[in-house]
Amino acid sequence: MNAYLAIVRRDLAGYFLSPVFYTLGTVFLLLTGLLFFSNLLFYTEISFSVMQNPYVSQTLNLASDFIRPMGAQFAVILLFVIPAVTMRSFSEEKRSGTLELMMTYPVSDTPVVLAKFSSSLLTMGSLFLATCIYPGLLFIWSTPEPAPVLAAYLGLLCMTSLFTAIGVFASATTDNQIVAALVAFGLNLVFWMISWASPVDSGMLHDVLQYLSVVEHFEPMIKGVIRLTDIVYFISVTGFFLFLTGQVLESKKWRG
Amino acid sequence: MISVQHLTKRFGTTLALDDLSFEVSRGEILGFLGPNGAGKTTCIRMMTGSLTPTAGTVSIAGIDTRKDPVTARRHIGYLPETVPIYREMTVADYLEFVCRMKRVAREQKPAHIDGIISRCGLREVSHKLCGHLSKGYRQRLGLAQALIGDPDVLILDEPTSGLDPKQIIEIRELIRRLGRERTVILSSHILPEVSELCQRVIILNRGQLVAVDTPDNLDKNLRGYDAIRLEISGSGDPEALFESLAGIPGISQVQSLPPGQDGSLRCRLNAQSNADLRPTVARTVLAAGWNLHELRHEVQSLEEIFITLVTREETVVRDESVTPEETES
Repeated sequence: MNAYLAIVRRDLAGYFLSPVFYTLGTVFLLLTGLLFFSNLLFYTEISFSVMQNPYVSQTLNLASDFIRPMGAQFAVILLFVIPAVTMRSFSEEKRSGTLELMMTYPVSDTPVVLAKFSSSLLTMGSLFLATCIYPGLLFIWSTPEPAPVLAAYLGLLCMTSLFTAIGVFASATTDNQIVAALVAFGLNLVFWMISWASPVDSGMLHDVLQYLSVVEHFEPMIKGVIRLTDIVYFISVTGFFLFLTGQVLESKKWRG
Repeated sequence: MISVQHLTKRFGTTLALDDLSFEVSRGEILGFLGPNGAGKTTCIRMMTGSLTPTAGTVSIAGIDTRKDPVTARRHIGYLPETVPIYREMTVADYLEFVCRMKRVAREQKPAHIDGIISRCGLREVSHKLCGHLSKGYRQRLGLAQALIGDPDVLILDEPTSGLDPKQIIEIRELIRRLGRERTVILSSHILPEVSELCQRVIILNRGQLVAVDTPDNLDKNLRGYDAIRLEISGSGDPEALFESLAGIPGISQVQSLPPGQDGSLRCRLNAQSNADLRPTVARTVLAAGWNLHELRHEVQSLEEIFITLVTREETVVRDESVTPEETES
């Protein structure tokens, strides 16, 4: 536990002292701010136009016409922002040799992997905290229902945890940060697009590919539906990639 | 304290370390010698647990490093060849981090870190960033992190590389002091350092153990290859003299060397025994009517012993590798 906390603290300090974090944070907030603005503008415009037609105005609601598209676009940004955060997690330490030295300390691999995952997740969490200003503005100007907003955030956090686990795994496989980021981005895309390859007719293959797809499990949450199966999916895939990370560290001890 | 049994490591088809066994007791400083690629670092990495052996065991303080790596690592302090550091941390923060990693009790931490900082001479840089340290300070920081947690076993890979002569003397003195109550394994290219500090030396070559002995014993046992240098002048037939010199009991071979600038004749007499043959040689030379200019023992330094052992090993290896090809053709 002590070692776990020590690594998390050190890594967070490392992130917050590196220019990469601030560059990334700026890009991330700029993009999400742009999304918020464009979605809000769009929603305002249709609100004005449907005001002429009282029947249509009843079908318009904030959850499905603002939060859902916003959440989906937000997730696209995560696809490439998370690899940029996780790329240094193991790669940097492998390159500088500090990982090998750490492996000679009386610590097993599990706390190291968990600490690396946690520190990347917390870094992403700090960026998420900054995005709270957008829903905050919504609550100031209007009185939306809080539940869909919270469900959408939960969905984004679940997806972040999965992509972070993938990123940490990719980072453990190489000492080159660029390679780590590219591998993580590629794997993220695979999980994003995997259901596109599924046959139209239902069948075993269709079901499996649909189940593996991150979008299938994320979509309900931004619609405001929280299902246990989706939560289980995110936890198990995250756990699977962290397990693989541990295996990569172990195999390094064999290969040298 | 450390017991290495039949340690073997293969990387793919290359055999990096072949069936190495040795033991080190408490309070002993053991030197690790060998040319580059001999398997020193591979062996060290297996002792520290950052590399898993293909076969064989390493036990530290009676704990098998494969069965219980975490407990075994508590007994080890490791200084790698190039000291890896977190550039953006200060020296004091870094040592604090290592304390946490090595589970030093919270209440002991300040005194422990303070003691190590003054022992390793890091006082004046303790608030500097690790990335700004000079090579010498970086090396000391590496030693400092190895000392944290007060391990019984210190494994030092090239501890004095990159230090200035004054620092080298200080670090050697520190290692000697540390070696009194701990077990130290010292890998080095600097042979005088090894012969000065270590009670025993292990010489590795091509992943195999070439010799384990005290520096004195290595020296003594290899006296069989000891030699006498001879410089003479005169007008007689050198061949006849060489023959009579070769006839002296105890001389195995007479090698003629390039002549000196004044035209004097030089040769080396390889002796078979430890007996002092100088008086006999002198009499033989004078009796043949030659002038004797110089007659001295060639003492082998650890460097020469090392080279002799390693090259002898290489000739054997080469012979072995040649034989099957010859039989095939």
